Amino acid sequence: MIALLLRDIRLAVRAGGGFGFGLAFFLLVTVMVPFGVGPEPATLAKIAPGILWVGALLSCLLSLDRIFALDFEDGSLDLLATAPIPLEGVVAIKALAHWLVTGLPLVLVSPVLGVLMNLPGPGYGWLVASLLAGTPALSVIGAFGAALTVGLKRGGLLLSLLVLPMYVPTLIFGAEVVKRGAMGLATGTPMALLAGITAGAVALLPFAAAAAIRVNLR
Amino acid sequence: MTLLAVHNLSIARGTVPVLEGVSLSLAAGRAMVLRGPNGIGKTTLLRCIAGLQPALEGVIEAAPDAIAYAAHADGIKATLTVAENLEFWAAIFGTKGIDHALDAMNLRDLRDRRGANLSAGQKRRLGLARMLVAGRPVWAMDEPTVSLDAASVALFAAAVLGHLAQGGAALIATHIDLGLQAQVLDLTPYRAKAPQDGGRRGAFDEAFT
Repeated sequence: MIALLLRDIRLAVRAGGGFGFGLAFFLLVTVMVPFGVGPEPATLAKIAPGILWVGALLSCLLSLDRIFALDFEDGSLDLLATAPIPLEGVVAIKALAHWLVTGLPLVLVSPVLGVLMNLPGPGYGWLVASLLAGTPALSVIGAFGAALTVGLKRGGLLLSLLVLPMYVPTLIFGAEVVKRGAMGLATGTPMALLAGITAGAVALLPFAAAAAIRVNLR
Repeated sequence: MTLLAVHNLSIARGTVPVLEGVSLSLAAGRAMVLRGPNGIGKTTLLRCIAGLQPALEGVIEAAPDAIAYAAHADGIKATLTVAENLEFWAAIFGTKGIDHALDAMNLRDLRDRRGANLSAGQKRRLGLARMLVAGRPVWAMDEPTVSLDAASVALFAAAVLGHLAQGGAALIATHIDLGLQAQVLDLTPYRAKAPQDGGRRGAFDEAFT
């Protein structure tokens, strides 16, 4: 299991592994928004929570099809499926590797991008907290989507169409946490729901994803 | 001791039944070669035995985690070195040490070369070296000698013989003579019968046969 985690991280950070693409995309999306909507600080502050969360979500989406597609193409997935570790564990570990390489860096740079979006002061802590609680769900739901589309030619687009609707609850509650946090209101309810979605996704989806892979490998 | 026994197996590729009534038995120290024309279902049979797809009917008896499967694709990561690729599979299969596998497949000089810079034959040798680190008794191999030169085929045959000598068994789909004392199983008689002959072969298999 640890070997698989280390291998996936190593593959991601080596040349051509796609590490940093998501991060650069997040940066670009966030920089683009002020160009589009104009530089008024009040407007930006108002839309900051939503834009930052949508940006994080899209950046996460960018690298999802790599989770299983590359292993499928070179035959590793067949071999992992016949290896002594359970396929559910493989899915969970690969989702964790995806989060460490994509989600965690997004969490870490988000305060910097918050400055670009003129996010009000009290919102920063909540931005980091909500992303920390919400991005694992993005990786696990994404791994499930990737498992459903593994083996399909040009499955990336279909993957996006499948996964984006499943991201909606995380987006709603994640952005709500930041919005309320920025206004100094209580954030307990949306934060609990956000963490609940993540916990539920992490607990259940590896099983669904493993079942989907077994079907797709036939 | 029988390591692998298959009774009356029927299998399908996609939804099209390709083979039916296949039975075979493989004892420790024995090798079996699968023969048959393209599309007869050699790969499908091996995938089924490896547990990657369910059979339509029939029974496959083998100890859990007994089978190591080598497919057409070798599962090699281009950005990892030969040693890193092999160490990964050793860790996944819970075995220690890759040196014997590197030696057996003559990969020692290539150990620090990245997967992307290997030739097709070198990749194949690395794929076969993975079988040696898997530490499993039954090897199910699909055309293992593709893109190997004569010297490497000899290396591979020696590796299989070594595996058999240690009480392993091998089920190999191949069309070349490996010089093994292997039982040959021709799959042609087991081809799924057409519906008009009372068989279950689908109506769409013209393209596959």
